[in-house]
Amino acid sequence: MAEETLLTDDFLRQLINVGEVDILVGLPTHNNAKTIEPVLRAVQAGILKCFPRERVVIINADGGSKDGTPELVTGTSIDDVWRASKVYALRTLHAITTQYALGPEPGTALRMILAAADLLRARACVVLSPDSTAMEPDWLQRLVGPVYSDKFDMVSPIYSRQKFEGVLMRNLLYPMTRAIYGYRIREPYASEFAISGRLATDFVTSEVWNDEWGRSGAEICLTVTAITGKYRVSQSFLGTKTQADRSASDLVAAMRRTVGALFSSLDSNFPLWSTITDSQSVPTLGTQSELAPEPVRVDCERLREMFATGVAQLEPVFRSILSAATLCELQRIANLEISEFNYPADVWAKTVFEFAASYHKSIISRDHIVQALVPLYRGRTLSFLLENSDDHGDDIERSVESLCGEFERLKPYLLEVWADRK
Amino acid sequence: MQEIIITELTQALQELARGFAHYLPRAVVMLIIAFAGWALAYVLKVLVRSVLRLTKFSKFSESAGATQLLNQAALPSSTELLSRFVFWVAWVGFILLGVSVLGIVGLQEYTSRFFLFLPRLFVALVILFLGSLAASFFSRAALLAAVNANFKSSRLLSVSIRIIISIFALSMMFEVLGVAEQTMLMAFGTVFGAVMLGLAIAFGIGGKDLAREFLEKRLATGKKEEKEDELSPL
Repeated sequence: MAEETLLTDDFLRQLINVGEVDILVGLPTHNNAKTIEPVLRAVQAGILKCFPRERVVIINADGGSKDGTPELVTGTSIDDVWRASKVYALRTLHAITTQYALGPEPGTALRMILAAADLLRARACVVLSPDSTAMEPDWLQRLVGPVYSDKFDMVSPIYSRQKFEGVLMRNLLYPMTRAIYGYRIREPYASEFAISGRLATDFVTSEVWNDEWGRSGAEICLTVTAITGKYRVSQSFLGTKTQADRSASDLVAAMRRTVGALFSSLDSNFPLWSTITDSQSVPTLGTQSELAPEPVRVDCERLREMFATGVAQLEPVFRSILSAATLCELQRIANLEISEFNYPADVWAKTVFEFAASYHKSIISRDHIVQALVPLYRGRTLSFLLENSDDHGDDIERSVESLCGEFERLKPYLLEVWADRK
Repeated sequence: MQEIIITELTQALQELARGFAHYLPRAVVMLIIAFAGWALAYVLKVLVRSVLRLTKFSKFSESAGATQLLNQAALPSSTELLSRFVFWVAWVGFILLGVSVLGIVGLQEYTSRFFLFLPRLFVALVILFLGSLAASFFSRAALLAAVNANFKSSRLLSVSIRIIISIFALSMMFEVLGVAEQTMLMAFGTVFGAVMLGLAIAFGIGGKDLAREFLEKRLATGKKEEKEDELSPL
């Protein structure tokens, strides 16, 4: 069993003391002292309001926090929530914290939480982001409810986002997952989601953990496992997603965790995705909330410059990854001024597909392929922001929908380059 | 006079025939050894190719960047190249073994020298191959990291790394081969020092603004936050 080596004796002892549970709430943390308290309050209020009779445990998998995050998790009492809501839980709410490493490893944290869910035979396991300060107590019901009551195996979130948030999700992860696997899941890489005990057990014992890309991008692998394993998948509108740090400084790491893992999943699932020709909607619960648009603080000229520099400097790398036609088109776009800048959806889709095929063939180091996509993604981001400069809500949705249409239309092109890279 | 000529000619022909009769069996043995060697080398080649395919050596070679390097040099795949190398080394070895059977004085010494030189040649080739791989991999890694960090002289950095690693690999290879060891060592030291000095001067004089920008970015964290875009990928 994976748990034998993954879980420490002390953590196992704590889990044995808890015994079997109905719902497991997982909180992967690393230096989240500033934001963890409102999240914990929302979780506790959600448990009291929606699941007062259920046996619930909060598992905090910590990646070596230095700011006392684990102490805050175990020290936050439910008494304050009781007083405020005047509702009492009928069960003891356990909170366990364990340190899995000296630095943050999201994949390991998730694996530890799922291993605990497997050991405690949880019927539902919900993972929440420790920096979602806008979390409402209802989020727990919206995520866990469909798993606990309606027998869904996975509930993925849908957020109301500003147009400059989730750009990679809108421009690559969602369109590509949808075109490849045929399911319209808006957040294939979710920081908040709920899964059934069955899926948790199957996923924690799967082969995914033997692969480096699987370990680093476990969240997207979980979504792919749910789709390819024919588990029952649904989505829930949660509301506004807030992020403590919006800066794009860790873009390369984010690309490795998401795009790398998605590309890697294509290898083993080829027989399945190569036969899918269209996409189907996923049962979606709740309603989309309106979001007041906020001004975007982006230096467009800097984005254009980084894209153009990337295309020029990485030409020898691109020559081994991209077809001559696509590279030629990119060089043309790189010479455009901001006023006329446009990275069209079809060229972007072809770029991504050619990268995926090169990744499959390991034409150069796979990590280098993912890194080489970063400057091109910046170009696409700029194009997306310029296209939707005056748009909000539905207009942006239409733009994303149109991009998804291009990815689906060009899927035969992926199959073509997959078989013969150029 | 005529008789003497005939006698001399007869003796010469007899000597030739004796010599031919003496060397013919050895030549036949040499040909047999060469032919058997070819057959054995071929079997070895097929065996090595199968083992490399079974162990998915090409995948390893691709991920390490060797395949791209070989493609650029219009060479066959790494699996094919290695199996061909084994074939030729084995066959040339057998041919030299066959030649030594002829018993020609002087050739035997060269044959034994060749066999003694083989391991060093192999190690030198491996060093050259790994050096080329390392140069290609690290220069590309530096180029990608520099471009993604918006570093202005990404190509210069990448090329410098490639040159330094290549020079290092070449000097190691020549040292293993025993060719002009001292000269190579001195040449490496001089070139390495010159490159480093050149880079330092170039960065100090030509890139003083870049150096200032770099240090400001690293040290003035307050300013950094103001400059960053509010774009979240996920």
